[in-house]
Amino acid sequence: MGIFNFFSKEKKEKLDQGLEKTKTSLFDKISKAIAGKSSVDDDFLDQLEEILVSSDVGIHTTLKIIDRLQARVAKDKYVGTSELNAMLKQEIALLLDENKNENLSSFENLPGQKPYVIMVVGVNGVGKTTTIGKLANQFKKAGKKVVLGAGDTFRAAAVEQLKIWGTRNGVHVVSHGMNTDPASVAFDAVQYAKDNDADVCIIDTAGRLHNKIGLMDELSKIKRVMSKVQEGTPHEVLLVLDASTGQNAFEQAKQFTAATEVNALALTKLDGTAKGGVVIGIADQFKIPVKYIGVGEGIDDLQVFNKVEFVDSLFN
Amino acid sequence: MFESLSSKLDKAFKNLKGQGKITEINVAETVKEIRKALIDADVNYKIAKQFTDTVKEKALGQNVLTSVSPGQLLVKIVNDELTELLGGKTENINTSGNPSIILMAGLQGSGKTTHSAKLANYFKKQGKSVLLAAADVYRPAAIEQLKVLGEQIEVPVYFEMENKNPVEIAQNAVKAAKDGNHKILIIDTAGRLSIDEEMMAEIGNIKATVQPQEILFVVDSMTGQDAVNTAKAFNDVLDFTGVILTKLDGDTRGGAALSIKTVVQKPIKFVGMGEKMEALDVFHPDRMAQRILGMGDIVTLVERAQSVFDEEEAAKIQKKLLKDQFTFEDFYSQIQQIKKMGNLKDLMAMIPGVGKAIKDIDISDDAFKGIEAIINSMTPAERRTPDILNGSRRKRVADGSGTDIQQVNQLLKQFEEMRKMMRTMNKMQGAGLSMKNLPFRR
Repeated sequence: MGIFNFFSKEKKEKLDQGLEKTKTSLFDKISKAIAGKSSVDDDFLDQLEEILVSSDVGIHTTLKIIDRLQARVAKDKYVGTSELNAMLKQEIALLLDENKNENLSSFENLPGQKPYVIMVVGVNGVGKTTTIGKLANQFKKAGKKVVLGAGDTFRAAAVEQLKIWGTRNGVHVVSHGMNTDPASVAFDAVQYAKDNDADVCIIDTAGRLHNKIGLMDELSKIKRVMSKVQEGTPHEVLLVLDASTGQNAFEQAKQFTAATEVNALALTKLDGTAKGGVVIGIADQFKIPVKYIGVGEGIDDLQVFNKVEFVDSLFN
Repeated sequence: MFESLSSKLDKAFKNLKGQGKITEINVAETVKEIRKALIDADVNYKIAKQFTDTVKEKALGQNVLTSVSPGQLLVKIVNDELTELLGGKTENINTSGNPSIILMAGLQGSGKTTHSAKLANYFKKQGKSVLLAAADVYRPAAIEQLKVLGEQIEVPVYFEMENKNPVEIAQNAVKAAKDGNHKILIIDTAGRLSIDEEMMAEIGNIKATVQPQEILFVVDSMTGQDAVNTAKAFNDVLDFTGVILTKLDGDTRGGAALSIKTVVQKPIKFVGMGEKMEALDVFHPDRMAQRILGMGDIVTLVERAQSVFDEEEAAKIQKKLLKDQFTFEDFYSQIQQIKKMGNLKDLMAMIPGVGKAIKDIDISDDAFKGIEAIINSMTPAERRTPDILNGSRRKRVADGSGTDIQQVNQLLKQFEEMRKMMRTMNKMQGAGLSMKNLPFRR
C-alpha cells in the first residue's frame, strides 16, 4: 500500500522514459569517464563536473556533490565503476534527503478542513494553467469535488483556456472575465467552493516574472485575500517550474517564496530533453518539496513526485 | 538584466587589481571565476570553457602591455570576445517576399503567440500591412489568445476554428495574405518538444508548404543547458533563420540563449523585454556585450523612447517649454508615454552605471500612481495654471487623491523645479531625454 501503488504501470513507464534520458546521459558518461581508471583523478572530476553542470544541476550543487564524493572516496576507497556509481547515487540522494518532506500523499487524502485550497504561481509560460487542468482531473478521479478560479485575468484568453480545462474535467470555473481584479476572483472562488461544499479549490494566477515588484505584491494580496474567506487558506502555494529552466529557477523559488510562502513545487515538461537536474539543487537549497511532475500534454500526464521513485528511476 | 553576471565578472576582475601584468598564474584564478560566472549564467558548459580558453590565450599574448592595468585589459578582451560570441553585427529581418512569410517555432511556453503579435505590431508601426495566422490547434484557447492580441494591436488574424490541420491553415493563410494584399504574414504555431517526431515533422511540413522567408526560433531566455540541444534539434529540422530571445525583462542572466548562436550559427534577431506589445527590441550584440559588462545601454533606451514618444506631441511640448507653458496636463501625458516604454527599473538599468546601483532597490511600476492621483484630483484650470493652487485647493486635492498635503506640496515643488530644468535644457534633441528629470517617489 501507500506510495508505490500510486504509480500505475503505465505511469511508471512514462516516468522511466522521461528519466531515461537523464539516466543514460549521466551514467553512460560516467562509465566512460572512469573506464580503465582506478582512482578519482582530476580528469574524472572534470568530466563529472561537466555531466552535472550540463544537466542543470548548477555549479554550486555540482561542487558540493564533487566535494562530498571526494571526501567519501578518500575515506572509503573504491574499486570500480559500480562502486563509484553507487557512491554518487547516494550522495545525490542525500541532497534530496536533506529535504525534510514526507513522501507526499495521494489525491485521495487531503489534510485540513474543506475546501483544500491550492494557489498556483510561477513565471510566464511554465505551464500553470495546464498543470491545473491535469490536477483537476486527478482530484476528480479521486472522487473529489473541484472548483477552479480563473485568476489569470491578464494574459489574452487565459480565462478561456482555463474554462476549456474546466469543461474537459466537468468542473466549475469561477471567473469574472478578463482584466478583472484577480484577488476578487480568488476570494469568490474560495467562497464558492466553501458554499458548495467542494473538496478542492485551485486558483490560477497570471504568469509574472519574479523581479516585477508590483506584480509580486499583487500575488501577496491575492493570497492574503483568500485567508479572509477561511483562516489558513490557501493550504498549498504551488510554484510551477519549467524543467528546461536553468539556474534562474533558484531565483524564482526565492522570490515567489518571499511573496507567497511557496510550500510545494511542480516541475513541468520533464518529457522533453531537459534533464530536470535543477530539482536536486532546489531541494537542497530551499527545502521545499517537489510535489508534482508534468510528463506530457495529455490530461493524465501529471504525477505525484516521489523521491524514492525518482531517485530509483535515475539510478536503476 | 545582466547585472548578476556583470557583478560576478566585476568580482573576478577585482582579483587582478593592483597587479602589473597578466601572467599564467594571476590570470588562471580570474579566468576560472569568469567561467564559473558564465556557467552560473546558464552559458553552455562547453562554450563557457571554449570562451575562457580564448580569453586566457589572448590575455597571455598581451602581457607586455604596461600602459593599461591587467583588469582593464581583461575587460576589453572579455568584451570583445563576448560581442563575437553574441553574434558580430546586427542582423535585419528579411521582408523581401510578397507576402513575406515569417514562421514562428519553439518549445511550449517560450512566448510564440505573444511574440507573433509583438512582431506584427512592430511591422505595423513601420506602416506595413500585416496578417497574423493562428496555426496552434492544440493548446486550449491558443487561437483565441492570438485573436485577442490581434484586436489589441489592430492587426487582422487568420484562423479556422474547426480545422485541425495546421499545414492547411498555414497554406490558406498565405492565400488570404495574398488576397488581402498583406505585405507580411506571421504564422504562430503550437509549442512542441524537439524529440516529438510527429510534431517536428508537422512543422517541417508547414515550412515545405509555405516556404517562409524567415523562420524564427522563439526561446525563453531563462532556459538552462538544454537550450543548445533544443536549438540544434529545431535547426536540424527547420534550418531556421533567426532567434527571438524572450522574457529578458526578468533577472535571468540569459547565458544559454547566447550559446545558441555559437552552436547553430544563427543570429538573435529580436529580444522580448516585457508583456506589453511595444516590448520588442532588435537585438544588438555589441550593446548586449556591454550590458553584460555593466556598461549600460543608453542607445536602446533612446530608441525605445523615440518609438513610443509621439513626435508631434513632443514638438508641442517643446514649444510650450519655450514659451514656459508646460502644464500638469502635459506632464500627465508624458507620464502616460513613459509608462508605455515598459518597466521603470528596466529602463533605468539601461543608463550606464545605474544598472548596478539599482540592482537591489525596489522601483515599483506604481511609482507614478500617487502623482497621477494628485493630478487627476485637480480641476482643469488648476492643471493649466498650477499657480492658483492655494492652501484650500491643495487640501481638496490631497483629500481627493488620498494623499496628504505634504505630498501635494512636494509634487508642486518638483513640478516647478522640473519646469526650470526643462527651460534650461529645452534645446536638447529628443523628447526622451527629458524623462530623467521626472520626479518619482520611492
